[in-house]
Amino acid sequence: MPIESSAQALVPQISIRNLNFYYGKAQALKGINLDIYKGKVTAFIGPSGCGKSTLLRTINRMYDLYPGQHAEGELLIDGENILHGNVDTIALRARVGMVFQKPTPFPMSIYENIAFGVRMHEKLNRSAMDDRIEWALTKAALWNEVKDKLKQPGTSLSGGQQQRLCIARGVAVKPQVLLLDEPTSALDPISTGRIEELIHELKSEFTIAIVTHNMQQAARVSDFTAYMYLGELVEFGKTDDIFVKPKDKRTEDYITGRMG
Amino acid sequence: MKLSTKRKAVNFFALSMSLAAMAFGLFWLFWILWMVLDLGVGALKPTLFTEMTPPPGEAGGLKNAIAGSLIMVGLAMLIATPLATLAGIYLAEYGQRSWLGKVTRFVNDILLSAPSIVIGLFVYAIYVAKAGKFSGMSGALALALLAIPVMVRTTENMLALVPNSLREAAFALGAPKWRVILMVTLRSAKSGIVTGILLSVARISGETAPLLFTALSNQFWSTNLSEPMASLPATIFKFAMSPFADWQQLAWAGVFIITLGVLILNIIARVMFRSSPQR
Repeated sequence: MPIESSAQALVPQISIRNLNFYYGKAQALKGINLDIYKGKVTAFIGPSGCGKSTLLRTINRMYDLYPGQHAEGELLIDGENILHGNVDTIALRARVGMVFQKPTPFPMSIYENIAFGVRMHEKLNRSAMDDRIEWALTKAALWNEVKDKLKQPGTSLSGGQQQRLCIARGVAVKPQVLLLDEPTSALDPISTGRIEELIHELKSEFTIAIVTHNMQQAARVSDFTAYMYLGELVEFGKTDDIFVKPKDKRTEDYITGRMG
Repeated sequence: MKLSTKRKAVNFFALSMSLAAMAFGLFWLFWILWMVLDLGVGALKPTLFTEMTPPPGEAGGLKNAIAGSLIMVGLAMLIATPLATLAGIYLAEYGQRSWLGKVTRFVNDILLSAPSIVIGLFVYAIYVAKAGKFSGMSGALALALLAIPVMVRTTENMLALVPNSLREAAFALGAPKWRVILMVTLRSAKSGIVTGILLSVARISGETAPLLFTALSNQFWSTNLSEPMASLPATIFKFAMSPFADWQQLAWAGVFIITLGVLILNIIARVMFRSSPQR
């Protein structure tokens, strides 16, 4: 297996510049500066309430759903600041997919669960839709398990399968970026292992940002790691560097389990 | 006395009291059901569904009353269901915190507890008095006004039970709000909302007071909505209060039919709600 050369050019897909985020008057993110690189997995770690999920939810403007929440600064995706008020959030969410902590199958068949998102952005005929659904389920390593029961409700699957269905659903829209918000925290170790393998597979085609409470998971799946604490980005760098020789004392304390 | 013995005694006491309270409630319920069954089954005969309400002393059935009830309840639900469902969707999905939402919710709560006779008088004043006569249409309107607040409340509550994570997941795929509501939220709450609709049907099909001021009653067959219309509750009211034994018999038969109908609707509603996939 060829070892990835460190000289390989890193292209930022998302550039975050001086980002502040507020829940009403309470500031949850303080002056975040960070690049998320194309085709890489970036992990966000830190104790509960450090703002890592908030940061993820800023990238696809999820906070728009809640009045009183707002972001300031720049969040550039391919050079466009998506924090502007006139950004089309529907188009943005086609480019930036998200998978949540708990599996959330919609109350419809497995097939329709995946077709739902695709139909928002593309008009496909029946056979093209069939192909897209097979493609997405294959990408999510679920096709072999569900190919004979696409008409069954998504809720009939096991927890781990449901989460892979949610990943397939996000992948089917063909986004550039996938945001994973603690995607395995509600799953058993075997399902978790499968999802981690999946993340390895998916990064050849998608840029991935993952929030996790599990530091071993961050070390296993990510190329870059960001350690956040109390709304600030404490340290950001290659995962190997962060875990082997962290520069900041606070990062070291957290990853060695002295704080958390 | 040991602490655990004392705890057991307190537990035994509390359990006995609640069991006694339950038995007290069930006693009356079963007595009512038994009486309806006992007197109602005896009065049941096929001609109930084929003959009109008779003058005293003659044989007859409840055909016009049953038909009138079905027509008015059906029409009331046709008016109430879309209105109430849409209002419930507004309250749960759009107006949670808005000024309009709060006022609507408050007014709806008042209507919810308004005595049905008040609703009947209201329709009498704005419709019957203006039209100059009692009519089936005004009866349906009064029943609709009774059903709407109940359905608004259940629709809102059922939608509020849908976890926000499900909505967020749909939004995260780039779905616009109306599609999230239509395809995801409403579908998740479907069985609960339908249950609410069925329970409203059960509730209004036994209402008497609002019909006395609006549809009145009709001794004869009539499906004309601008004429007075017979209904089971109004017929029961009239026949049960009469001194004629055969009218009283028919009243018991009517009571039995309504009770059975409401019971069946309640059972269907329960089974539907239980078999919903989200719970």
